[in-house]
Amino acid sequence: MADARSDILARIREALTVKAPKPHFKAEATAGQPVKVAKPWLPDGGETLDASLLILAEQLAKLKAVLIRVPDEAAAGQAVADLARAKAWKQVAYHGAPLVRPVAAALPCASWEADASFEKQKLEGCDASITSCESIVAQLGSILVSSASSGGRALSILPHVHVVVARVDQVVPDLATALAQLQAEHGAQMPSMLSFITGPSRTGDIERILVLGAHGPKELYLVLVG
Amino acid sequence: MRVSLFVPCFVDQLAPQVGLATAKVLKRLGHDVEFRAEQTCCGQPSFNSGQWDVAREGAIRALQVFRGAEVVVGPSGSCVAMIKKFYPELLKDTPHLAAAEDLAARTFEFSEFLVNQLGVTDVGAKFAKKVTYHDGCHALRELRLKEEPRQLLRAVKGLELIESEEGESCCGFGGLFSAKFPMISTAMVQVKGGALARTGADFVVSSDPSCLLQIGGWLSREGKPILPLHIAEVLAHDA
Amino acid sequence: MSDAKQIFIKDATLNAADGDQRAFIRKALGGYYVNRDLQKARYRDWERARDAASLAKWTAVNDLANQLEKFTANFERNGGIVHWARDSAEARAIILKIAADVNAKAIVKSKCMTSEEIHLNDALEKAGYGVVESDLGEFIQQLRGEPPYHFVFPCMHVKREAISELFTKHLGTAPTDSPEELTMIARRHLRQLYVDADIGITGANFLVAETGQISITENEGNARLTAALPRIHIALSGIEKVVNRLDDLAVLLPMLATAGAGQPMTCYNTLYAGPRKPGECDGPEQFHLVLLDNARTRLLADPEQRDALHCIRCGACLNVCPIFKNIGGLAYGTTYQGPIGSVITPHLRGLKQWNHLSSASSLCGACTDACPVRIDLHHHLLHNRRNAMKQSPSLFDRVFHAGFGFVMKRPALFALGGKVFLATLPLLKKLPLPYMSAWLKTRDLPVAPPKSFRDQWKDSAHG
Ligand code: SF4
Repeated sequence: MADARSDILARIREALTVKAPKPHFKAEATAGQPVKVAKPWLPDGGETLDASLLILAEQLAKLKAVLIRVPDEAAAGQAVADLARAKAWKQVAYHGAPLVRPVAAALPCASWEADASFEKQKLEGCDASITSCESIVAQLGSILVSSASSGGRALSILPHVHVVVARVDQVVPDLATALAQLQAEHGAQMPSMLSFITGPSRTGDIERILVLGAHGPKELYLVLVG
Repeated sequence: MRVSLFVPCFVDQLAPQVGLATAKVLKRLGHDVEFRAEQTCCGQPSFNSGQWDVAREGAIRALQVFRGAEVVVGPSGSCVAMIKKFYPELLKDTPHLAAAEDLAARTFEFSEFLVNQLGVTDVGAKFAKKVTYHDGCHALRELRLKEEPRQLLRAVKGLELIESEEGESCCGFGGLFSAKFPMISTAMVQVKGGALARTGADFVVSSDPSCLLQIGGWLSREGKPILPLHIAEVLAHDA
Repeated sequence: MSDAKQIFIKDATLNAADGDQRAFIRKALGGYYVNRDLQKARYRDWERARDAASLAKWTAVNDLANQLEKFTANFERNGGIVHWARDSAEARAIILKIAADVNAKAIVKSKCMTSEEIHLNDALEKAGYGVVESDLGEFIQQLRGEPPYHFVFPCMHVKREAISELFTKHLGTAPTDSPEELTMIARRHLRQLYVDADIGITGANFLVAETGQISITENEGNARLTAALPRIHIALSGIEKVVNRLDDLAVLLPMLATAGAGQPMTCYNTLYAGPRKPGECDGPEQFHLVLLDNARTRLLADPEQRDALHCIRCGACLNVCPIFKNIGGLAYGTTYQGPIGSVITPHLRGLKQWNHLSSASSLCGACTDACPVRIDLHHHLLHNRRNAMKQSPSLFDRVFHAGFGFVMKRPALFALGGKVFLATLPLLKKLPLPYMSAWLKTRDLPVAPPKSFRDQWKDSAHG
């Protein structure tokens, strides 16, 4: 008996000998072309950085994520320290990234560079995590984190609060641009996990009523520097 | 223009006034109206039941009946959709395809014909009542007619048009479905009929007599004070 | 009548008569309609976006063998291990073998309809593994011992009181009527389970051929935890989930969220390329992917309905379906409920047994309009009906339609039949005729007019 792989591939090839007519769609003109093609039918992501930032702010607000704009890194540290005090965090895990380390250093509570000595049980006990990110998609209010840019897989999802520190120039207009940028940057060597985070974790499973913080963070902060 | 009437079988049997009203409006607009008495059923009941061979014979008959007609106009979105959308599919791999496509291009639902072919919205009707409009699914989704009947109704003198909740919901008729799955069909008309009744309108108007059969049948059973009426009957009303 | 049909008629009839439950479902979906419309309005051209989404899937599905080969080569290059399963039994055996090989005890799962399709939980539990569903809705359904009601909103039919009772019974928590508190109970209960589990099982929404990544869409974060903490990650996916390029997701991810849940994007859209890489601080040691056929190639072989394999399982067609809303998801008796389920189940599990789902539709077409990838859903219901008639017509249908066809071709007989019908209608209404009495149970018929249209036309000056 042939192995399952060749069997299935043979069945597929056999099935596809009868062609299905190609749909005649307007979008055809741009399908199959290289990326960077704007998709002018999707939601607007803004043509200039300022326009994108406006859209981003609006999207994040609707998603119940908190956007904090600060002029420089010192102000970022200050803003996160204020948060820590207000929320009475005791233990914070962070990603050892250049943009994050100084912020962690300014914390008024205990902090731990999680990706340097990862321990899942310890992470489970942390109140919050601070990471950087790959990019931010204005169009959808999504923050793209990765196992490379955000200290692994668990750091940005296990603690109750997730704080992302990013520079304004990491904001891109739309998802297509973010994906194209990823490919340009990592090529065939993608980080093992990439995640578009769009607002705090949520569920509507009980009577379709929105509840935040289903399994992932209940609160999501984006500290945008610059 | 010489208009050949396409009168669906249950209009013929159960709602003859709809066919007469259709003819009356067309004549009032100065058109000649003919009725080719050899027409029977469009074949939709068989088509929907999966009996495409039977339906195909009906379709081929209809092609013969309406051969040479300048335009064919029917007061039913559903039966017109059968001719316009499904005859070509049914006759796809047969020598009749060209004739089917030709008939499809010459066949129109009543409100579609008035608004899109004749360019008329005011047919000179008067009807001082509150009405709500029900979109039959075939008219709405197969023929993409939504504004046409509303334009016609808004031009009727004295008529007040009220939109309902559940605007685009199906009434649950679905031909034999309504009898094969009566409880599901009834649940659907409860939702739809309830929303129509809540508008407080005097009449529920539609371009689809089959939907009106279902909705009217339920409204009557429930004793709701709102009556079914075909759009042709409204437009024929001039006193 | 098939067993499945008998059960369906019984359950559907019962549920359709349950006004309270139907109102509950409508209310639950109310917010969805509002949010969906708000999000759709942000699209500069929704219809064109549907074209693009549809084309992306068409391109992949119609080149499936090549794209799968490309995908699996890239997936393996990323360090993942690919397994192929012709059917459910093979898929279950593969997963059981992995579990045995890695000496697993506890398994945590995130939502995966394909695992429902192959009845994976049963098999794992019989083999002695502890299996916990981590998606809140799936967790609730697992405790209830009931399959999902809706493949995106698994427990949308369950009232909060029932959930509170369920949690009290199984988790010993205090009763509450707050959805928020109930969610937090589940959150607290599941957290340690992720940490302790050896294997995490997830589904996959897209397989990206160009990069060898799998994409998983979720709102709660449970899939991310499932793929982060256990030392083994197994993903189970149908072979049709392939897209050619990463860029295709720029269209498909937002549309999936908007069409299915009224969101701009689902909360977490995550791409996985292999297990933990050198230099990464966490993540599983092994990443397995089980690719399942299970009769998908049978559907693929039908060019008329091949587009049903474009489905991205957004659930939009269920949310707008008046049949679904009135009979509920459990009545279908299928893994995939609603219009898409009615279309594909006959292909996956047999037309004779499952064609009744295609008949149980008024063909209103709301599903087809809602589908982000433009699957011709309601017309496929017609195609299934036609195929079923060809395969095994019921006696009633044969006789009825043969008779109808005979009369349809004879105008004189047709007219005469009409006359007889009108004359005897008052009597017919009183007889226990099958279809007539079914109609009259809840609806009136109009009073027969004295004469048909054709007779009145003939009598008038026109004739
Ligand atoms: S058939 Fe279309 S609408 Fe239904 S779940 Fe699949 S993609 Fe969504």
